[in-house]
Amino acid sequence: MTTVTATETLDVTRPAHAPGIWIYLAVGVLFGIVITKGEVISWFRIQEMFRFQGFHMYGVFLTALPTAIVSVQWLKRSHARTIGGDPISIPPKPLGDGIRYGVGGVIFGLGWALTGACPGPLFALAGGGFPVMLVAILSAMAGTWTYGLLRAKLPH
Amino acid sequence: MTDVIPDGLLKSWPWYVTGPLIGLFAPLLLVVGNRLFGVSSNLRHMCAPFASGIAYFRYDWRGLGGWNLAFALGILIGGGVAGIGFRNPEPVAIAAATRSALETLGVHSFSGLAPSDLFSWASLLTSRGLLLVVGGGFLVGFGTAYAGGCTSGHGISGIADLQPASFVALLGFFAGGIVGTFVLLPLILR
Repeated sequence: MTTVTATETLDVTRPAHAPGIWIYLAVGVLFGIVITKGEVISWFRIQEMFRFQGFHMYGVFLTALPTAIVSVQWLKRSHARTIGGDPISIPPKPLGDGIRYGVGGVIFGLGWALTGACPGPLFALAGGGFPVMLVAILSAMAGTWTYGLLRAKLPH
Repeated sequence: MTDVIPDGLLKSWPWYVTGPLIGLFAPLLLVVGNRLFGVSSNLRHMCAPFASGIAYFRYDWRGLGGWNLAFALGILIGGGVAGIGFRNPEPVAIAAATRSALETLGVHSFSGLAPSDLFSWASLLTSRGLLLVVGGGFLVGFGTAYAGGCTSGHGISGIADLQPASFVALLGFFAGGIVGTFVLLPLILR
């Protein structure tokens, strides 16, 4: 069993030239618009995906992933810097024996099928006409809290 | 309000527009401030102010998570802009087979992004609504914390960085989703 430090899953490198927090708010607004207009937050689309009955969600993943892979790998390999001049570095996620990723992933997947929403879409839905999803967010916080409580006893 | 907005701005976007745009958020956040695109860490950041008795929540959540909380608040606002301000009046164009499978399970409302007969304040008073919203939400929060990421952090950022852990997690997400769809959902909805 690998030991897990408290900040292991967090981005611990705080940039020296941190941009104002409003930039992240603005990027979040754009992301919320994209996932809402693209129906990625739709319970119906998630059902269609898990039932393998439509291409929409697969089309989204099959175009999002190459875009992200090519652009992020290019940033890494060209040693690009942020707009503030800081180096760009991505902390690795240690695989270990992979239990936490497999088991945690399956548990999250079960919830994804029921709510039809992963965390990003939960926020978009809460603001986009489904305020009851604020309850789902509270419940998700309770889930994360429970993980924090049990973490030392769970296999990672 | 929606009467004065041209139809083109109300329509949903096709996958070939949505997918590449989503993929660009990972490099965008790296370039803006060396931030790793992800959303589920916010659940931890939101617990941290109230849960300092637990080691997992004892860290500088303002310094490490402030940007991410702003990002999440932005997503909520963006959802309002696109989901209410520019609401698509058409139902989500899912496959006929999916619609009939869901009708068999007793889903009757097909307008909007999610069925209002399952996701509304009134539905919280039914066992099916409660299990989907509260039960499903709990699994999302527990699972993403255990896995150390969600569809964004593992599915996009981790894969973009070619991390083996994220490929394992993504397989887990889909395995769980398929079991949730074909085993849990029929149990809950019947």
